[in-house]
Amino acid sequence: MPTVAPLDLAGHCVSAEFVANIPFFSLAEGEVHRLDNGQKSSTVHDGLLAATVALDGKSLITSGEDGRVCSVSAAGEVSQIASVGRKWINCVAAGPQGAVAFGYGPNAVVHFADGKQKTLPHQRSVEDVAFAPKGMRLAAAHYGGATLHFPASEGKPTELLWQGAHTRVTFSPDGNFLVTAMQENALHGWRIADARHMRMSGYPAKVKSISWSVKGRWLATSGAPAAIVWPFQSKDGPMGKAPLELGTRGDVLVTCVACHPADEIAAIGYSDGMVLAVRFADAKEVLLRRPGKGAISSMAWDQEGRRLAFGSEAGDCGVIDITA
Amino acid sequence: MSEAQHLTPSQIPVTVLTGYLGSGKTTLLNRILSESHGKRYAVIVNEFGEIGIDNDLIVESDEEIYEMNNGCVCCTVRGDLIRTVEGLMRRPGRFDAILVETTGLADPAPVAQTFFMDDDVRSKTKLDAVVALVDAKHLPLRLKDSREAEDQIAFADVILLNKTDLVSREELRDIEATLRAINPAAQIYRTERASIDLDKVLDRGAFDLKRALENDPHFLEAADHDHDHDHVCGPDCDHDHHHHHDHHHHDHDHHHHHHGEASPIHDVTVQSVSLRAGEMDPKKFFPWIERITQTEGPNVLRLKGIIAFKDDPDRYVIQGVHMIMEGDHQRAWKDTEKRESRLVFIGRKLDADALKRGFEACLS
Repeated sequence: MPTVAPLDLAGHCVSAEFVANIPFFSLAEGEVHRLDNGQKSSTVHDGLLAATVALDGKSLITSGEDGRVCSVSAAGEVSQIASVGRKWINCVAAGPQGAVAFGYGPNAVVHFADGKQKTLPHQRSVEDVAFAPKGMRLAAAHYGGATLHFPASEGKPTELLWQGAHTRVTFSPDGNFLVTAMQENALHGWRIADARHMRMSGYPAKVKSISWSVKGRWLATSGAPAAIVWPFQSKDGPMGKAPLELGTRGDVLVTCVACHPADEIAAIGYSDGMVLAVRFADAKEVLLRRPGKGAISSMAWDQEGRRLAFGSEAGDCGVIDITA
Repeated sequence: MSEAQHLTPSQIPVTVLTGYLGSGKTTLLNRILSESHGKRYAVIVNEFGEIGIDNDLIVESDEEIYEMNNGCVCCTVRGDLIRTVEGLMRRPGRFDAILVETTGLADPAPVAQTFFMDDDVRSKTKLDAVVALVDAKHLPLRLKDSREAEDQIAFADVILLNKTDLVSREELRDIEATLRAINPAAQIYRTERASIDLDKVLDRGAFDLKRALENDPHFLEAADHDHDHDHVCGPDCDHDHHHHHDHHHHDHDHHHHHHGEASPIHDVTVQSVSLRAGEMDPKKFFPWIERITQTEGPNVLRLKGIIAFKDDPDRYVIQGVHMIMEGDHQRAWKDTEKRESRLVFIGRKLDADALKRGFEACLS
């Protein structure tokens, strides 16, 4: 039986993560709470907009309404990485060799570990940024498509075009595909080698949560009354194939998905706060958490895949131990 | 009766302020913020202007127009507002309402449509009204050189005709007639230094079907009675009294004068078509209005109407922005009210005769 250790916080949980195996909960107000032999917290921003774990897993990278990008260590020490004045920094990504990328206005900025910074201007506002799994390559999503940069060199960026506003971006773990979530209720994808399009539509709501399964064989997404899980095993991606629909519920939307690090299982969070774990092979469901106060806004597994940290829009967060 | 009950607790009212640079937007904004009404505002501005805004919570947002990928050219939203509102609503305890100050050149349609077309924004906020500031002194010039000034007037629920102290009484009448010609459905107030009772601009419920046309018991009246006491000359007037513009060739279609309210100022491309008829057959009216919004949507900036359906005790109200249209029963017709259907279209290239014929064909 899974056990839930609840953590009731005040405010919208922007991200639930594990940093050095410690559950970290970032709230929109600007505090980062962590469960490290008791509940501890650090105030990081006046308004926190985004957070992600550094690739080495040892710190949390955050961005805020105060125009700052910060790093929070496993012990809760806060250090500032960058500051751009009074612009909101809506997105942040962690890259190889300690690099951090963030976006504000039409700019994507890459901050390298040695303190050097490269600003990559775009025609339109940068909605999201993501690093490729290999090499120093950055994707910036914006209206009209996504731009691929090699920020460490002076190479010309590659434009991947598709009409509409692209609000989220992710590389497949093998680096072969780039997938964006759109303002419309759809995903768009490109095979990077030849910019071949993949259109993944049919969602009743905007897709706000995207998670790649182990080895990138599947892409789980929110935005429907079920988790929509697209097959990415073939070189053509999901084209011509139907997605899995897992954890289908009546009139409740899936708001968050998190694929297990080792097994083909996804944690699925709903608008009423319920969390299920569902196995891809047979669609078998296990209830991890009953409905709560608000929609699940973020979830993350620990490295071993034993514990799931979750947060909600209403602040009722917690950690679920599936092995207990 | 508290107006707040019309909003679910989580829906924050949003007031949009439009107007050219120098029209008095920031003055009005600071008036709203400084008056002791006990409300706290989040202010979204496109650029931090020269005049400071005295508020704790100001967000700068770059105007970012997103066309929706649905094949409709007029289905546009403001991506920056979606992002900013989403961020603001994650920390909802800090404010009771949102004010959006647009740049002088902003197109008001995507701003308004954001609050209807984006599900997340729509679930958490409610567009209360679009308030346009108009500089009485400079309006004729603005109308000459820009389409945006017209759009802002056409789109407004409330128009503040500001800086009235800088023009003569005659000029003021002409300008007001022009405003009325472009937008017969808006409330117009004359102001100096944007001084106005704030209940005239805030909590208007202009997009709330239950309230929208309740605010204006004389909805469409002004368009019909073109000589009310403030007006020497109404919008229908054909007098050639605007000599300030040069009479180069006009390619306007003046045949619309008969039914529509084409403007007496020839630089104006927006027109309104006000229709009035008796009781309608819903089986004819709904297919017609849906077809009109689908085919004419890009040309229709706003539409508002009160419809009397045969054998229906309740008033039916509709309002629309381009191709978005909403309608609902509002309340029972009062005994004192004449059961008739009234509809106004504000837009460009409207075929007044065709609209009139179509409307009248829906009579029961």
